[in-house]
Amino acid sequence: MNGPTLFGLCGAALVGLGLYGLICQPGALRKILAFNLIGSGVFLLFGVIAKRGGGALSAAGLGVDGDPVPQALIITGLVVAFAATSIAVALLLRLAEISGRSTLERAGSGSHSPTHERAPAPERAA
Amino acid sequence: MDSSSLLVSPFTSLIELGGLLLVIPLMLPVIGLLLALMLGGRFLGRFMLLLLLLGLIAALAVATAVLTGGDALLYHLGGWAPPLGVALKADGLSAILLLVSAVVILAVGIYAQRDFRVPPGAPETRASLVFWMLLMGVWAGLNAAFLGQDLFTLFVALELLTFSAVPLVALDGRAETLAAALRYLLFALLGSVLYLLGAVLFYGTYATLDIALLAERIAGAPSLPPPIVAAAALMTVGLLAKTALFPLHLWLPPAHAGAPPAASAILSALVVKASFFLILRIWFDVLPGALNPMTAQILGALGAGAILFGNLIALRQARLKLLIAYSTVAQIGYLFLIFPLAASAESLALTGGMLQVVSHACAKAAMFMAAGLLAGTLGHDRIRDLGGSIRVLPITVLAFGLAGLSLIGIQPSGGYLTKTLLTAAVDGTGQWWWGLVMQAGGLLTAAYLFWVLGHALSGPPSGQVVARPGRAQELVVLALALAALLLGLLPPALFDLVGVGRAGLDASAAVSTAMAGAFGWSKLWGDVWPILVVGLLVLGMLPWPDRQANASERLAATTSSVTGHWAAALGAILERADRGLRKWPVAGLSLLVLALALAAAIATGS
Repeated sequence: MNGPTLFGLCGAALVGLGLYGLICQPGALRKILAFNLIGSGVFLLFGVIAKRGGGALSAAGLGVDGDPVPQALIITGLVVAFAATSIAVALLLRLAEISGRSTLERAGSGSHSPTHERAPAPERAA
Repeated sequence: MDSSSLLVSPFTSLIELGGLLLVIPLMLPVIGLLLALMLGGRFLGRFMLLLLLLGLIAALAVATAVLTGGDALLYHLGGWAPPLGVALKADGLSAILLLVSAVVILAVGIYAQRDFRVPPGAPETRASLVFWMLLMGVWAGLNAAFLGQDLFTLFVALELLTFSAVPLVALDGRAETLAAALRYLLFALLGSVLYLLGAVLFYGTYATLDIALLAERIAGAPSLPPPIVAAAALMTVGLLAKTALFPLHLWLPPAHAGAPPAASAILSALVVKASFFLILRIWFDVLPGALNPMTAQILGALGAGAILFGNLIALRQARLKLLIAYSTVAQIGYLFLIFPLAASAESLALTGGMLQVVSHACAKAAMFMAAGLLAGTLGHDRIRDLGGSIRVLPITVLAFGLAGLSLIGIQPSGGYLTKTLLTAAVDGTGQWWWGLVMQAGGLLTAAYLFWVLGHALSGPPSGQVVARPGRAQELVVLALALAALLLGLLPPALFDLVGVGRAGLDASAAVSTAMAGAFGWSKLWGDVWPILVVGLLVLGMLPWPDRQANASERLAATTSSVTGHWAAALGAILERADRGLRKWPVAGLSLLVLALALAAAIATGS
């Protein structure tokens, strides 16, 4: 097994772990961490593609070993993921401060936000 | 002077810029963001209005240049051509969306002047600064998504859009809106990371992210390579999550209903359209040959599910803003009927879909802002207690009704054109089932509009008036509603904009055929009588003033009757289904299942 394959499999495993966490973990902080796992997996995959070469520069016949374009994109992607994480953490901190909640679903009710109280009886229009 | 030179004359100097013109819609919002940091919130609203007006002029110039030039505008950033550089391009679809978003954001900007102003002498609030900054962020994200030609640029545009839209939801800082914003953000992030994974696979296979180059390289290959099948499925599903297409709509109702009215209008009218536009880009520009019947039927079926399910759940809502939010869930569904119909009737389907984007943007922004005025004036938005609001806010209720007519699809509204064009495409392709869904959707829409209007029109005003809205606010809502309603009266030649940069698309012929018989008596009657029947049924159930006293008894009597009982039971089941579908693990799993189904469908066809 060569390097790119190994790292590619690692990337796939990270994406899988992250997807599991994002979908199944109830805690919002764990969901945020899981999103970062998926992101790392995707960036790793992008790194593998860069290492494999055959990108825009070598296609243009510039004889460059490896491809610098994905590396530039990974850096941009990291910045975006960092911004996303900080917004999510800020929202979660504020939510926990106000209501003591740290999950998306309200504990017990299994339902969502309180703006969704059941309709009293508009079913008569149906 | 012929009509095209008449169109061009006000923008001559702008159009002479050529491709450089495309930089203006990207720069204006960023200038606005920086200005906001320097100016602070106190006088910001007025400056923003000026920028929004300039933005509208730029969008008009782009649309005129594209329409009269008959070709897409192209600009290479820094003079570097792809694959090394990044291109901006405005074809007909981008120009239409640029223009619609400039119009709607300007209207929202006028509306928001009053909601986010700082009274003289009062200390500056955070919302008055942050709202305008986020609005500019949304505008920059939208314009970048409409103009970008590079899959990674589009990723950054989507993220900018999401990061600006999410805090708009939580602007008032209440716990429930914070929770709604967090739910929106996390689900949108799942969507964008899947989109990014797809983009990585595209790059790994074809060593470029430029849409035109990708299309060229993919068209040359005999069949889709496996990574591209996976990439197409992942990107589509990721964007569906951001568009909140049924059954991935878990985040939309609480976010759109909880946001301040000006923000709801932007979120519902424009933000969900950007990710839909990228789905169009992927299927019609990057992979034009890969949209096989099975994939198209899956997307269409999700759209049909959204129309039926969203409208039925909307009927069950007790609060006006939630009703409008569920109506958005339903209206998004119409956009996805494009895919099954485009196979053999591309002109009709794409024109119909674009008209739906435009008319829904105007109508839904008007409805959310009207709901905001009602809630601000009455102090609540419970539909049952709207009684007599026509006497307090006649213009607002009128605007709500007119916007609703466009959603139902009454002539000459954009909704009517959408319905007629898509129905013509249905007849052309023989897929009658989509026609049935559209008819049912129109009638259900009529039912909940009559339900709201019936309450607003009947009875004496209940409760006291909390605050009066501004006249400008009411007028701008009315103007947007009229724009949606009168869309069909525009000269058909203007609709040719849809087809610019796309071969073999004749939008103006489709529109003029659809409008030709629109006002004939038989056509008019044929369209209106089912709606009247629905209207009478709904009105029969309203508690009228003279019967107010025994309204509750009548309510009990009707509910205990067999049909009432069945309707109530069905409603309860649907509501339970909706609550189940909107649980996070269920939505996450349906997203994965959908990705697998799409991948299988794409693979079998290629």
